[in-house]
Amino acid sequence: MSGWTRHEGLAVGLPRQRIDTDQLIPARFMARPRSAGYGQFLLHDLRAEPDFPLAAPEARGASILVTGRDFGGGSSREAAVYALVDAGFRVVIAPSFGDIFAANAVNNGLLPARAATADLLGRLPARLRVDLQTQTITGAGLELPFTIDRVSVTKLINGWDDIDLTTVHRAAIAAFAARRKASAPWLWPLRTGESPPTTGREE
Amino acid sequence: MKTLFDKLWDAHVVVESADGAALLWVDRHYLHEGSHHAFARLAERGSTVAEPGLTFAFADHYVPTRRGRFIADPDIARMVETLAANARAHGFRLFGLGDPRQGIVHVAGPEQGLTLPGMLVVCGDSHTSTHGALGAWGFGIGATEVAHVLATQTVRQSKPRRMRLTFAGTPGPGIGAKDMALHWIARLGSDGARGHVVEYAGPAVRGLSVEGRLTLCNLSIEGGARAGLVAPDSTTLDWLRGRPFAPADFDRAAESWADLASDADAVFDREVSVDMAEVAPIVTWGTSPADAAPIDATVPDPARAPAAEAARIADALDYMGLRPGQKLTDVVIDQVFIGSCTNARIEDLRAAAAVLAGRRAKVPGLVSPGSSSVKRQAEEEGLDRIFRAAGLDWVDSGCSMCVGMNGDRVAPGKRCASSTNRNFRGRQGPGARTHLMSPAMVAAAAVTGHLADMRPLLDGRS
Repeated sequence: MSGWTRHEGLAVGLPRQRIDTDQLIPARFMARPRSAGYGQFLLHDLRAEPDFPLAAPEARGASILVTGRDFGGGSSREAAVYALVDAGFRVVIAPSFGDIFAANAVNNGLLPARAATADLLGRLPARLRVDLQTQTITGAGLELPFTIDRVSVTKLINGWDDIDLTTVHRAAIAAFAARRKASAPWLWPLRTGESPPTTGREE
Repeated sequence: MKTLFDKLWDAHVVVESADGAALLWVDRHYLHEGSHHAFARLAERGSTVAEPGLTFAFADHYVPTRRGRFIADPDIARMVETLAANARAHGFRLFGLGDPRQGIVHVAGPEQGLTLPGMLVVCGDSHTSTHGALGAWGFGIGATEVAHVLATQTVRQSKPRRMRLTFAGTPGPGIGAKDMALHWIARLGSDGARGHVVEYAGPAVRGLSVEGRLTLCNLSIEGGARAGLVAPDSTTLDWLRGRPFAPADFDRAAESWADLASDADAVFDREVSVDMAEVAPIVTWGTSPADAAPIDATVPDPARAPAAEAARIADALDYMGLRPGQKLTDVVIDQVFIGSCTNARIEDLRAAAAVLAGRRAKVPGLVSPGSSSVKRQAEEEGLDRIFRAAGLDWVDSGCSMCVGMNGDRVAPGKRCASSTNRNFRGRQGPGARTHLMSPAMVAAAAVTGHLADMRPLLDGRS
């Protein structure tokens, strides 16, 4: 995942509250491998509605989604983020996000920017500039600050992969595991190899 | 002066950084078929599973519940087989199709004694909050984080805020954990506890069985909470003792759990209190679990709602095919579903059977036990015969019609009374209309054909 600091793109409005992850991608599409591309499933069932904003010709090429409160609540499905990213989105601006969605978004280079959107929603579609360093959104005649935690900003800017970062702490993890095993051995209920894993097909 | 959550956090910190984030040790990592994205990432990196002995998989999300578990859909067959192949390749334990311990991960894991007080439990599923019922810190993670846990047995988190939700007083007859959960979520909103770990406290929580606590903690995520917790007590220990994967030296383990409670002078970031006198049998009318009201209420009128909510409520009523002011008890249903990680444990099935015994359902329905063990126990108790005699289908265990991934779906425009956790648009199938409620309330809806108060149906029954 490559990092980024500034993004400029077309912003489109989805003036609804509480778009949950079941809306972002219905469960029936999640058996597909990611390589097939998840963009086509984004908000699949809402797209069928007349005048759905994301289906409008002027929304083509949009990379910034502006929406209402409590975006991405519900299921932890990272496929909801895959659908947004594969459809070309880099930024979602909403007054609040589901916690798991926000974490998944940052892990995929998608910025969940918290900001009041009522005013902005009335001015779209428009081109917006998003700056991670200054935490501002500019365009459509507005300059809007947004909120996000420091850890997420650093991660988005650097495009870090957490597994790489954690590998540095290998020794500390091993020491922690050894201490835990000594003080609470029951946390390891059975050691690998003691009993062969079930195949899932034994009748 | 620590809260229970502070103690759980402190016990799992491997490395803490200046920005408040920490690398935390994971005691239990549960997997299901949806983990294929995470294993693909692991394969890309050439990584292996760090702690297969702490990793347990259950086939639940996609498994068929009918026709002898035959999988007709090749995509679904591939999902189930991929999990089994990953279990073989990485050497972790799988409770798959055909295993007598198979079931929904949040039902079968605790039931096997795999979740214990004091643990940090993660799973690529938002309802991992369920495990907090046993005094463990359980939370749902996404696929990137699942890959991270597989590779390192750790998870990165920023410390959540702490909230205590105290249920004062005693529940009225027939009022249970589902009603308590939907009540607080309706009051605080679907993002009401966002950023917080909720510790459930008070006499009404102490009075709940472990099954009830599992239901209460399960629904924490529907109020936006990062996790839900109940401090372990003698009810917890009695429930855990003797379970297949419970500690062999149980008393020694139990001693180490004695401190797992919030200190008397612990300070929470937020305190909320609920008076049980206000908690009635509750049903949802909209497309968010927060859209819930007592069964004797009416469908809300968007015109009288706060301006910020009016459009959303109008949309929800349009989707649900309901009129403002309509009595909830006049809402006619097409079918029922009893199942899911929320309400398909043995007590849930008993509660539904108590209403259904000797009665016929006016609509078709599905009963899918939370685990294969629950299914066997229910059959030993004769509950399956009650469900069948009422005209409902008694099927195998899985996530089934809660999420519709295995093909058990509600048809477009059909209305289902459901013991599940989400009434989101399309959750039970495209165009499906879901009303959430307790299993006993689902049973009452089944026998009357409309949303109904189960209490009169229990009159004169023990």
